Amino acid sequence: MTQVAIKDLSKTYPGGAKPALDRLSLDIASGTLTALLGPSGCGKTTALKLIAGLLAPSSGDVRFDGRSVLHDRPEQRGVVMVFQNHLLFPYMSVAENVGFGLKMRRLARAEIGARVAEMLALVHLPDFGHRRPSDLSGGQQQRVALARALIVRPQVLLLDEPLSNLDAHLRVEMRDLIRALQRQLRITTIFVTHDQQEAVVLADRVALILDGALRQYDRAEMFYQRPADAAVARFFGGQNFVPGTSDGDRFHSALGALHVPDGARQGPGRLTFRPESVRIGLAPENTLTVQLRDRTYLGTQTRLHLALGDVMIEAMLSPDQVEGLEIGTELAINLPRQALWVLE
Amino acid sequence: MWPDPFSRRAFRTLTGAVLIVWLVLPLVPLAIWSFAHGWRFPDLLPQQWTLKAWRYALSDTSGVLGSLGLTIGISAGATLLSILIGVPAGRALGLYQFRGKQVVELIILAPVIVPGIAVALGIHSVFIAFGLTNTVAGVMLVHLVPTLPYMVLVMAGLFANYDPAFEAQARSLGAGPLQTFWHVTLPAILPGIIVGGLFAFLVSWSQYILTLLIGGGRVVTLPLLLFNFAASGRNDIAGAIGMIYILPGILILLFTSRHLSGQNAAVGGFGPR
Repeated sequence: MTQVAIKDLSKTYPGGAKPALDRLSLDIASGTLTALLGPSGCGKTTALKLIAGLLAPSSGDVRFDGRSVLHDRPEQRGVVMVFQNHLLFPYMSVAENVGFGLKMRRLARAEIGARVAEMLALVHLPDFGHRRPSDLSGGQQQRVALARALIVRPQVLLLDEPLSNLDAHLRVEMRDLIRALQRQLRITTIFVTHDQQEAVVLADRVALILDGALRQYDRAEMFYQRPADAAVARFFGGQNFVPGTSDGDRFHSALGALHVPDGARQGPGRLTFRPESVRIGLAPENTLTVQLRDRTYLGTQTRLHLALGDVMIEAMLSPDQVEGLEIGTELAINLPRQALWVLE
Repeated sequence: MWPDPFSRRAFRTLTGAVLIVWLVLPLVPLAIWSFAHGWRFPDLLPQQWTLKAWRYALSDTSGVLGSLGLTIGISAGATLLSILIGVPAGRALGLYQFRGKQVVELIILAPVIVPGIAVALGIHSVFIAFGLTNTVAGVMLVHLVPTLPYMVLVMAGLFANYDPAFEAQARSLGAGPLQTFWHVTLPAILPGIIVGGLFAFLVSWSQYILTLLIGGGRVVTLPLLLFNFAASGRNDIAGAIGMIYILPGILILLFTSRHLSGQNAAVGGFGPR
């Protein structure tokens, strides 16, 4: 149970023109699971290595429970980082790999054996101790890497793209396992991912990093409903951005005057809403008449392109709601007030 | 190229036979000489056999055993120094990109290309200044000139396929720097150290000119002794010493054939540029 505070953490690699990580600040509550989300090359892995002590920051601070750990060496920080390609030591058996951290701490052989067995059971690989890492599947290797990290009872666990090397069905299994173990052991966990789906499903809180800088740090649903800016909205699949002016109550644009929720910014800006929040039919407020321009069947959903004058709106609806709608048809839609948000 | 398994096997047997003839045949007269009591043209084999040459070679008066010990010591020392220098150098060349890397590679490989005597003459004048001529230490040091390229080349090839992230992982799991080297780095690079070390030993073992020049005739290693007896026409004693002299090479060849082929091949040249 450790609270992690990152203060203005920056890293510029030698010869790098731009910082790989630019003044990242995060307060991570004890025992929570936090996702660092961002496209590849955005500085997420750099952030993990700085927290783990495997890199020295150019500036800034990392504190555990209020105490700076910058001058602690990686083996003294109580942080374990699990790398993306699991890095199991190839010339050791699975049990030797899992017991590595305890052996380095010079624990008695009997105790190491007992804890290794316990840990392997926890990751559902009870009889795999004598095997070689090369004999395991990718998912099994990932679980061994997780067991090897958890066995030393770290204060903070760092996972670098823990699911990226796995097949789709293994990914769900591994995701559930990480979530279950993290809840059971209450280890403050930070994981890095480029997949917004993964971040949303797994994390208590998500920190979105774009171009080396933190853009939004929030509960997952806020990225959909209240994105900080257009780039954040786009990263989460937002498509609708309508320019206009807000007076705090209504947003005036080519779509007419639409009611916006309390707290929406005032002045010139862009109105945004999720494609999924478009409703078909009339409502007391925010009703529009639009023309259907295009439709794409996506299996569980149908994507519609709707036009009102020059403005194109993208909507996602369930296929049965839009059955029989011909291209060119005029239809009434409404945009619930709480689903709207005004961006800069 | 040899789709038919029979002809493939025949080819293999044939090349094996050629290799054996090539390597073993020149040693046969040497072996015969060491047991011969006079062997004159045009006799196909000596008229009489004797153990005299061997008895003399293994006696205290000949100095062969003392020279054998000295040669082993010098070669072992040169090998150890090669490992101590070659492992970090190979890591730098195999893992990292840095300015002037190609120049460093060229300088390290240069002794293999430039004739040894040219190098040795320059080193000789430097060693005089440091009082290293005519000493065992000086000979050991000068043997690094031909041994280091092999060691560095083997280690650079090994490090080119080495992932230093394993070391970061070990540190993160709680291993200190020394523990990380002992438990993670060393097991990964040990095949290279063994193969490179054996190469270095053999290269040092076969030095003649460098030893003669820097040792000034005071440091008499086995090849120098062998040359003395051969030059003075004692083919029987030279034969016996020669048999002793080739022994480490054969042992090392048998030992390394396992490490030099297949998946664990440790020789891979310099890393990516």
